Amino acid sequence: MKRSVWSFLLPLLVVLAVGLFPLVTQKDLHRETAFTLLRAVALAASLNIILGFTGYVSFGHVVFYGLGGYVAFYLVAVKGWPFWAAMLMGGVAAALLAYLIGAGILRLRGAYFALVTIGVNEAMKAFIYNFQPFGGPTGLTMNFAVYKAYGGPKAVLWMTYYWLFAIAILLVLVTYWIRTSKFGLGLLSIREDEDAAEVMGVRTARFKTWAFTLSAFFPGLVGAIFFFRNASIEPHDAFPLHVSIESIVMVMLGGQGTVIGPLVGGIGYQWMRVFLLTNPLLKNIQLAVAGALLLLIVLFIPAGLVGWLRRRFPATRRFLL
Amino acid sequence: MNVLLRTENVVKRFGGLVAVNQVSFELYEGEILGLIGPNGAGKTTLFNCINGIYRPEEGRIFFRDTDITGWRPWRLAHMGMARTFQIVRPLAELTVRENVMVGAAFGEKQMPLRQAAKIADEVLEFLGLAPRADQLAGSLNVAQKKRLELARALAAQPRLLLLDEVLAGLNPTEVDEMVETIRRIRERGITILMIEHVMRAIMNLSDRILVLNFGELIAEGTPEEIAQNEEVIRAYLGDPKLAQRFALEE
Ligand SMILES: Nc1ncnc2c1ncn2[C@@H]1O[C@H](COP(=O)(O)OP(=O)(O)OP(=O)(O)O)[C@@H](O)[C@H]1O
Ligand SMILES: [Mg+2]
Repeated sequence: MKRSVWSFLLPLLVVLAVGLFPLVTQKDLHRETAFTLLRAVALAASLNIILGFTGYVSFGHVVFYGLGGYVAFYLVAVKGWPFWAAMLMGGVAAALLAYLIGAGILRLRGAYFALVTIGVNEAMKAFIYNFQPFGGPTGLTMNFAVYKAYGGPKAVLWMTYYWLFAIAILLVLVTYWIRTSKFGLGLLSIREDEDAAEVMGVRTARFKTWAFTLSAFFPGLVGAIFFFRNASIEPHDAFPLHVSIESIVMVMLGGQGTVIGPLVGGIGYQWMRVFLLTNPLLKNIQLAVAGALLLLIVLFIPAGLVGWLRRRFPATRRFLL
Repeated sequence: MNVLLRTENVVKRFGGLVAVNQVSFELYEGEILGLIGPNGAGKTTLFNCINGIYRPEEGRIFFRDTDITGWRPWRLAHMGMARTFQIVRPLAELTVRENVMVGAAFGEKQMPLRQAAKIADEVLEFLGLAPRADQLAGSLNVAQKKRLELARALAAQPRLLLLDEVLAGLNPTEVDEMVETIRRIRERGITILMIEHVMRAIMNLSDRILVLNFGELIAEGTPEEIAQNEEVIRAYLGDPKLAQRFALEE
């Protein structure tokens, strides 16, 4: 089956549509909404690399977000680095953590892996809690003078928005590349049957580690952006387990292992969340709804929306990837 | 003739059970070597030792004059070893073509994807699976999944092909087709070690046959020699159904 060029253009257009909207309207509210959507999209698309393509359910995605946030925040606030370099280091630190722990924990399969990733997150939180350079339990705050160098707080909000937009676009390119590359075929074969894949010559341990590393790099960048504009960072905000869970819901909702699925899932879930938060009856049970949603997806459309479409209407496979 | 694969006193235990016991044999380049034995004799376990799924507790295994004992399966795949699984293991959510591309892309030749796709289509054509190429592998029936196993292994263009009961579960016509296919694979210069319960086929195809019983090699010889071998017949008598089949088919 020949793949249509739309399999690439559609996911790109989804991100462009969300990202360009506030650039056209120039409204702060639109920018903040788009920021939330793009952050969700970036978390989901990056989690998809290890969860969707490789088949390893990680509950620890937020650990990379928090670590990237902390490292970048520290470098900007304490060491006076330029933001872009600090952000890059945040991504690198997250990727490095994934690389180092990956070799060990990616031997575990199924529920064991999932459990250990929760443990990693909690361990990191506890470590940061006691790590004085990062401010311990109280965390770090940004001196507003730092923002002056970037033209003031408003300019910072726009600049960080551009960065996030760029990262979301980059993620579309990266996941499309993975899905259509030999590396991606190796990952998919691991997801389907790791032992059979290794017998066919896939260096499973190495592939998994790289997938995990790549999957961790992006939340590291996003965390750096989020906490820089947030002007403060503390352990509880940096490592909330529910963000990991929501990321899983977004990937599963849209369609794990597809390029466009996590984008659709991320946007769809955030839209639903806003609806819940603005509803006085439902706003307190937002997380319970996420849990119930996950249950329903797993039970009824385990392949997610895009996966379901691809299966139900095989003709869509040409342009839905 | 060159020795392609050699085992020396290979032992593999599961707890107290000795599944493979002191097995030594040689496999020559270009031949088809049959491996038979009653259920539970240790045939699949021996395969698992050869291709690195298990590390044998004792003994050594040599492939292409290299001591490969304890090497990981992917490394052996890179050296030109491919296998099929007795219990089929399709990559269910990938298409038939993608399944075969994995075999081609990650085998000894390490082909880029485009070339792997080309090889995959050739192999699928060769095995009569071409019309199914875009279907998900999970949707194939059992006979087709068996052929898919073979297709993936073949796409790697291996030097040594380990076949674990590729004929099981096929009807007589399908068996004849598969036997013909295996012959043509050998004509392409691929050395084959095959486990099989269908006696008519293995007697027909093999240059030599090894017989395993309770983990031990009890006989080795040409198909004619094996058919006459007292100990082999006795081993199969322990397994009445097979003994009957053995007698009938001979
Ligand atoms: N992973 C395992 N753990 C424990 N015991 C095992 C394992 N695999 C195989 N065995 C045992 O080892 C023995 C040899 O099994 P094996 O599968 O190699 O036999 P086989 O000759 O391939 O049989 P069949 O013709 O039925 O396929 C059997 O007694 C089996 O129960
Ligand atoms: Mg067996």
